[in-house]
Amino acid sequence: MTEKKIRVLVAKPGLDGHDRGAKVVARALRDAGMEVIYTGLRQTPEMIAEAALQEDVDVVGLSILSGAHMALTPRVMELLKANGQSHVKVFIGGIIPDEDLLRLKEMGVTGVFGPGASTEDIIRDVQMAVAG
Amino acid sequence: MTYSQAILGGDRLALARLLTQVENDVPESRTALIELFPHTGKAHLIGVTGAPGTGKSSLVNQLALYYRKTKEKRVAIIAVDPSSPFTGGAVLGDRVRMRDLSGDTGVFIRSMATRGSLGGLAQSTANMAQVFDAAGFDIVIIETVGAGQSEVDVARLAHTTLVVEAPGLGDDIQAIKAGILEIADILVINKSDRPGVENTEKALKSMLELAHPTERVFQHHGQSMRTAAPRQDSSSAPMWIPPIQRTVATEGKGIAELAESIALHVAYLTQSGGWGLRERARLEVELEALIREKLLNRFREDVPQKRYDEILEKVIQRNISPWEAVRMLIDK
Ligand code: B12
Ligand SMILES: Nc1nc2c(ncn2[C@@H]2O[C@H](COP(=O)(O)OP(=O)(O)OP(=O)(O)O)[C@@H](O)[C@H]2O)c(=O)[nH]1
Ligand SMILES: [Mg+2]
Repeated sequence: MTEKKIRVLVAKPGLDGHDRGAKVVARALRDAGMEVIYTGLRQTPEMIAEAALQEDVDVVGLSILSGAHMALTPRVMELLKANGQSHVKVFIGGIIPDEDLLRLKEMGVTGVFGPGASTEDIIRDVQMAVAG
Repeated sequence: MTYSQAILGGDRLALARLLTQVENDVPESRTALIELFPHTGKAHLIGVTGAPGTGKSSLVNQLALYYRKTKEKRVAIIAVDPSSPFTGGAVLGDRVRMRDLSGDTGVFIRSMATRGSLGGLAQSTANMAQVFDAAGFDIVIIETVGAGQSEVDVARLAHTTLVVEAPGLGDDIQAIKAGILEIADILVINKSDRPGVENTEKALKSMLELAHPTERVFQHHGQSMRTAAPRQDSSSAPMWIPPIQRTVATEGKGIAELAESIALHVAYLTQSGGWGLRERARLEVELEALIREKLLNRFREDVPQKRYDEILEKVIQRNISPWEAVRMLIDK
């Protein structure tokens, strides 16, 4: 029997091409011993939910710097729920104005990280969220 | 409802969760594997291996699209990437090249890390392939980076193994390892839009002539066993010589021809009895591994840890040899 690894999907939804942050976070989580599935750019919420299901991930991380987070996030949350994956923890990173934080939390988002966020904090929060 | 019932009924979430359990080899997964076993043995397992960046994922994407569109086959993909030996983590990026396949319930893609397991990778991949087989996927494609022994073992699971090369990977002869050629049923020169295709093809051809695929290597009793490739009355059907196929995965060029080669290989395996031979070798290896595991467990239960440690210490002190130790521990 092998030890259970934390599996994370890191996705870039929408047309936003800023992928540095997503790659930095993916690598940081890998270096913390997690298995990170990276989907690449231009993912629809449907594609993200489908990948989350097939990969049976514990965490979905969305990297959004385009300002479209209030449209994309609820759709991803809905689809995860519809697929029976409401246990999956959702993290958002990128350019997220403070006034949206509360509403994202209300939607069920576990954590939000903006520019300059330390990867240690991200790793710790992901680990804590999965541990429950 | 049990996992296996749900999976046979087409439940994709149950399928995904069982794959995790199988990968982690948790005890519950064994129950499901037992229940699913009678439903296996139908899928065609295709291994795709080759050096990093040769275009394996792009090729798998195209092949899967082709099987979906022209043959209406259900396709499962197991995409294996290496784990970091230092942290045990991994970034699994093969899905990036497979976005054309999303939104199709006839396709199921699962990424997997090697987890540095000693020989365990082949076993868990085999078990995952069996789960897909039972779930009704007609084709299971397994992508691995053709670097080490564990990848070669994974490739050996497959009925048909594609070895993917690309022009311009430095010195052609260097890039093409004889070991990997030995497992190739079909050689693919991907990125054939790039300069240097002729050289790569020439190099492959001369390697092929050296390799003479008149025998196959199977793992038997933990050792490589060479089995003469099944012969037939030489007049009617010739030996299988790995064909060389050129493709441009990014443009979908050469994919129909590649699929045709794969179909010919299946026909060859069926007619020559090679299919049965491969199944037999695979199941025998699996049985062997399970027996070894069981015996080891039984040994651990029988022999108290304290006695084991004492005898080990004697070996370390060179008071007794390992052979005598085994006699003391097992024959008692
Ligand atoms: C570099 C950059 C670019 C590069 C992108 C290169 C690339 N491949 O990524 C280029 C030059 C291509 C570019 C183009 C554009 N950009 Co630009 N760009 C930036 C810039 C300066 C830095 C972004 C960056 O890479 N940061 C470094 C990384 C490591 O940080 P990060 O992404 O923020 O990630 C951190 C956190 O956010 C978090 N995080 C991020 N993702 C995730 C995911 C998870 C799961 C978690 C937990 C955490 C997390 O953790 C990371 C580590 O701290 C920002 C300004 C800024 N200071 O943010 C503008 C910025 C993002 N761009 C902006 C704009 C408008 C554009 C363009 C539309 C400009 C134009 N008119 O053409 C284009 C659009 C390109 C496209 N196709 O989408 C705006 C966005 C405005 C908005 N959202 O309201 C910004 C904010 C600049 C501004 N102040 O106006 N850009
Ligand atoms: N020019 C050209 N580029 C290609 C072709 N096929 C793939 N590529 C590119 O080669 C790069 C690697 O492709 P992948 O499909 O990810 O290769 P891979 O072998 O799966 O890579 P790893 O899984 O990392 O070993 C990508 O940038 C592709 O777009 C091709 O036929 N021609
Ligand atoms: Mg790949």
